[in-house]
Amino acid sequence: MGEGASAAAIIDETGLQALLDALRARGFSLLGPTLRDGAIVYDEIDGVADLPRGCGDEQDGGHYRVTPRGDDALFGYAVGPQSWKRFLHPPVLRLWRARREGDDMRVETDPETSEKYAFIGARSCELHAIAIQDRVLIGGEHVDPHYRARREGVFVVALNCGVAGGACFCASMNTGPKATFGYDLALTELIGDGRHEFLVEIGTEAGGGLLGALPHRGASASEIAAAQAVVEHTAATMGREMQPDVAALLARNLEHPRWDEVATRCLACTNCTMVCPTCFCTSVEDTSDLEGRESARARRWDSCFTLDFSYIHGGSVRSSAKSRYRQWMTHKLSTWHDQFGTTGCVGCGRCIVWCPVAIDITEEARAIAESEAKGGER
Amino acid sequence: MIEGLEHIVAQHAFFAGLDAPFVALVCGCAKNMRFDAGTYLFREGESADWFYLLRDGRAALELRDPARGAVTLQTLAQGEVCGLSWLVPPYRWSYDARALESVRAIAIDAACLRRKSEADPRFGYEMMKRFMPPLVERLQAARLQMIDVYGAHG
Amino acid sequence: MADYDPMIPRVARVRKTRREIADVATLEIDAGDFSFAPGQFDMLTVFGVGEAAISVSGDPADPSRLVHTIRAVGAVSRALVDLHVGAPIGLRGPFGRGWPMQEARGRDVIVVAGGLGLAPLRPALYRLFAERENYGRVILLYGARSPQDILYRDELEQWRGRLDAEVEATVDHARGEWRGNVGVVTGLVARAAFDARNALAMLCGPEIMMRFVADALGDRGVAPERIYLSMERNMKCAIGWCGHCQFGPVFICRDGPVFSYARLRGLLATKEL
Repeated sequence: MGEGASAAAIIDETGLQALLDALRARGFSLLGPTLRDGAIVYDEIDGVADLPRGCGDEQDGGHYRVTPRGDDALFGYAVGPQSWKRFLHPPVLRLWRARREGDDMRVETDPETSEKYAFIGARSCELHAIAIQDRVLIGGEHVDPHYRARREGVFVVALNCGVAGGACFCASMNTGPKATFGYDLALTELIGDGRHEFLVEIGTEAGGGLLGALPHRGASASEIAAAQAVVEHTAATMGREMQPDVAALLARNLEHPRWDEVATRCLACTNCTMVCPTCFCTSVEDTSDLEGRESARARRWDSCFTLDFSYIHGGSVRSSAKSRYRQWMTHKLSTWHDQFGTTGCVGCGRCIVWCPVAIDITEEARAIAESEAKGGER
Repeated sequence: MIEGLEHIVAQHAFFAGLDAPFVALVCGCAKNMRFDAGTYLFREGESADWFYLLRDGRAALELRDPARGAVTLQTLAQGEVCGLSWLVPPYRWSYDARALESVRAIAIDAACLRRKSEADPRFGYEMMKRFMPPLVERLQAARLQMIDVYGAHG
Repeated sequence: MADYDPMIPRVARVRKTRREIADVATLEIDAGDFSFAPGQFDMLTVFGVGEAAISVSGDPADPSRLVHTIRAVGAVSRALVDLHVGAPIGLRGPFGRGWPMQEARGRDVIVVAGGLGLAPLRPALYRLFAERENYGRVILLYGARSPQDILYRDELEQWRGRLDAEVEATVDHARGEWRGNVGVVTGLVARAAFDARNALAMLCGPEIMMRFVADALGDRGVAPERIYLSMERNMKCAIGWCGHCQFGPVFICRDGPVFSYARLRGLLATKEL
């Protein structure tokens, strides 16, 4: 996809609805934010009416509430518990079925989904997360055809964040809050003083073509500046911050006593890995019918926080919660660079918000950095 | 005969690099010996009067058990020392040492070497530095055998 | 879309089975022409039971015979060991980076195996002996739990008879008839004759054993860059997707399973990594 817009346009709510209609007319299933069970989730939407109008949120360690904003903003909240991962790398996926036919064994696969998704309101951190999973699942020697089939057809309408969540730290990870790649169109919501419009930037030819078919007008210099001010304000109000050079920091502190400290709080519940938009680990599970004529293998999300994850005959390599938390955090922030050439953390803050005991990855990194700064006093 | 022995002692891996005067001191306590396959270099419970530096052929350290017969604890080969109990009181062998094949060895009079070590602490310390590594190695080996590394694993 | 999917096994058949020692069997699989590099592994499926990572243990010069030696330690490996001739078996592979056969050329090669660790090394040994003139001294040092646990005993004895190789075996525990060595395999390393400055070592066995052997080789003067270890971790996918076999910065399946000691030493020193 392209490197961002050269020219920007302005659409209003009607234009946004027209955009969604146009995408549906082109065969896309719309996935976007909607309010369900007291949280903003990504689900199928039909139009603007399904977006969480007027919703804001409170987010902090172990804390999430959707709150009224008192205005008509459609994207006036930070990221919810889900990411787009569940659509590209589904939580459960049948890999194959095998059928015994006489002496023969036939292995069959399900046809790939032919559904084309449009992601409405994907944030910059999430576009980074998708790019990171791309490297893992389709960027190496082997290509995951399931992921590729889902990924290739996706139309992305990005959203430059208008608010920073209490646990957000994308600014310090250089992964937001403004989308810089990976989108077809990018919106910035301009609201206040009686106006409610969206600045639209074009990322791809497909995006530009679509915009051309919508009611829109060119953006003025002051509107472009206003949109810029929105993301600057978001960047300036981040709830959290990651330590600089955290990869090297963790790599040289594998035996730091802080890991023991965090282990006394960590429940190894796996929440952080489930909500993380880059965590890609899976396990496989075989099933068969009673006669043994049919069997199948399914792939499911797995978590490095389970004992089973590192099991080799004789026992688990990481039997302590300490070693499992260390594995997760060092993988996200440090060894991911060795493995894939990028960070595995995009600063979305979900792991902080959805941790039942409010463990904060930025606080853990800071604690280790500060003890080093004090001359390695441990 | 004595020059021959000095050459043999000085050439033995165990005494590699030992100063000539010390070689002479060792030789004063040493003699050449041969054991046929199946014969014993020493037996469990006996007084540890002589120990052996193997030059050729292998020997097995064994424990006898009425139900299991002879259990081999360790085999020793050329270049290694057979017998360490002479170093510490009560100077008594804990195992049998049996020649697995025809064995040639330098036999050393333990009391003689202890006496010379007491008389010349420099010599004694040199001896200690040479006898300590096999002791530690055997302790480590015994521990590795004890945890049964191949049992749970590949 | 007729995409290649590396997660889908092909169906092969068991052509021969052989009981090796207690709980250990060798399966010869009819998989057509199957080329592999010594040290690589396959993912074997028993349909309805599951999948396990198993090293290829046959001769790389004979692609018509795909051979794996398996110890029954869990549900899948037990089912593999119990497969009968003619049974269908799911096959994915070969995967991973194997032994540095090219780098070993012109050098003294010390192969140190412990227990079932001889299986992943056997393809390398076949290659060493088949192209004997390309290597310096060839030394095989093998440690097992007891004489009854010695794998591939016939072949070991045959190799031991070669005039152009040194083959030594030792066991941890023995009684009665055993006339061979008793003691840890590190002891054999200390006694073996090789040119440390121009030697390359290949190690496979329990991790503790490999650490001690690598250090013993280091004491003899072999550079850690020339000491290679084959590692074991939980593997589900074999291609770096499932995350299970991570060992600090590396994936055992994708970046290994064979690594140099120079690369692994610091990682092995970290507990529960």
